[in-house]
Amino acid sequence: MGATVTTANSEGKTWGGGNEPMGINYGKMMMWFFIVSDALTFSGFLAAYGFSRYKFIETWPLADEVFNHFPFMHGVNAPMYYVALMTFILIFSSVTMVLAVDAGHQMKKQKVAIYMFLTIIGGGIFLGSQAWEWKNFIKGEYGAIETKGGSILQFVNAKGERVKLEDFAATLHEDREQLTRNKGVWFSSESSLPRYSVNEVVEGFKAHPDLLVRTEIIYHPTQANLKDTRLHPELNKSTHKHKTILTREESIKRLADAHYVVEGANLIRNEYGQKLFANFFFFITGFHGFHVFTGVLINVLIFLNVVLGTYEKRRSYEMVEKVGLYWHFVDLVWVFVFTFFYLV
Amino acid sequence: MAHEHVSNTKRIWLVFAILSVVTIVEVAFGIFKPAILHDTLFLQMNLLNWLFITLTIYKAYYIVWAFMHLEGEKSNLRWSIVAPLVFLIIYLVFILLVEGNYIFDVFKSSQIKWNF
Repeated sequence: MGATVTTANSEGKTWGGGNEPMGINYGKMMMWFFIVSDALTFSGFLAAYGFSRYKFIETWPLADEVFNHFPFMHGVNAPMYYVALMTFILIFSSVTMVLAVDAGHQMKKQKVAIYMFLTIIGGGIFLGSQAWEWKNFIKGEYGAIETKGGSILQFVNAKGERVKLEDFAATLHEDREQLTRNKGVWFSSESSLPRYSVNEVVEGFKAHPDLLVRTEIIYHPTQANLKDTRLHPELNKSTHKHKTILTREESIKRLADAHYVVEGANLIRNEYGQKLFANFFFFITGFHGFHVFTGVLINVLIFLNVVLGTYEKRRSYEMVEKVGLYWHFVDLVWVFVFTFFYLV
Repeated sequence: MAHEHVSNTKRIWLVFAILSVVTIVEVAFGIFKPAILHDTLFLQMNLLNWLFITLTIYKAYYIVWAFMHLEGEKSNLRWSIVAPLVFLIIYLVFILLVEGNYIFDVFKSSQIKWNF
């Protein structure tokens, strides 16, 4: 007991250990200071994200267009509902965690175990949801063209709705074989090729006269933009924040610069727009997901200890409180990630 | 631990209700994006984003104060946790966002065409 819970009378031995100037013991205080440093790490990441976003404020992808999937509702535009559900699940698992801590204060072993178990389940569901979110993000839905300058061109129909590459790309029988290490020199290989070649997309675009190109630049109704004849006269009128749509002539001109077909997202390029967007998404949600994962593992350990009666013997459930702090911290970080990736 | 441990299940559920309602409000605003809020800028950011950030900090307050039980700790512990975070985060975010905005302006007004 003495190793984990300090009960020594602090009177008269200020320098003898056992004194608690902050009113909590060593283990809990160190958990708090770990959380402070981890919070600074996350704020560093989020601040860097904010920096890059301000730097490319006009070309940053709109979250509503990227995260709009919901399980079992294929093709339905459902922005945010799924992340909102994930947020709710994580908050709820935080509630069961704090209920476990509360039950621990009353030394109710059974209750602590049940609430810990629910917390673990909540964490598991959250991790699964995040994996699904990543899967959608990596797979992509519409596909796009990257120009020689590195910007992304997406495709819309005459109504301004997004069009998938597979719906218009021509078939030209010019498939290129993927370079793998067992062909050519051993040290060179490439990641899987997109399903269509640049030519197939460009030819397909020319064959469908109602298609238009949408750039990655967010439209602002400035005087210069209103007069610009290269921008589509009707489709840009919507007051909703949206990307600029070009006229048919300008679209074909832009496609002359086509360089690469992008489908989905990886660390090098993504079909949603600005390249850094995917990198920050992977890095920050990935780092948070890693925290959730370790949180679940630690929760499992503590749960087993609760069930085995370790803390009952110790007459203190303080360990539950310590992992509780970590678990709430993970929830806290998600609240911010949710805001800055999905809302703002 | 010095403080009394009475069961405060009631408060936990109350905080859960607050957090859920705030999340639902955020999502509703995120989906409908009222034009008045979305188009009005304050310090180079629209009011809707200010609202989101305020609500997020409001949620963070409840998580830290109620769930992590900082409200029951001694004030020197509270300050040693909150003060460095508040100071350093505001400082870092201020510097980086101002710098990012400046680089945006440089790109925009430069003679080099970088986005094509």
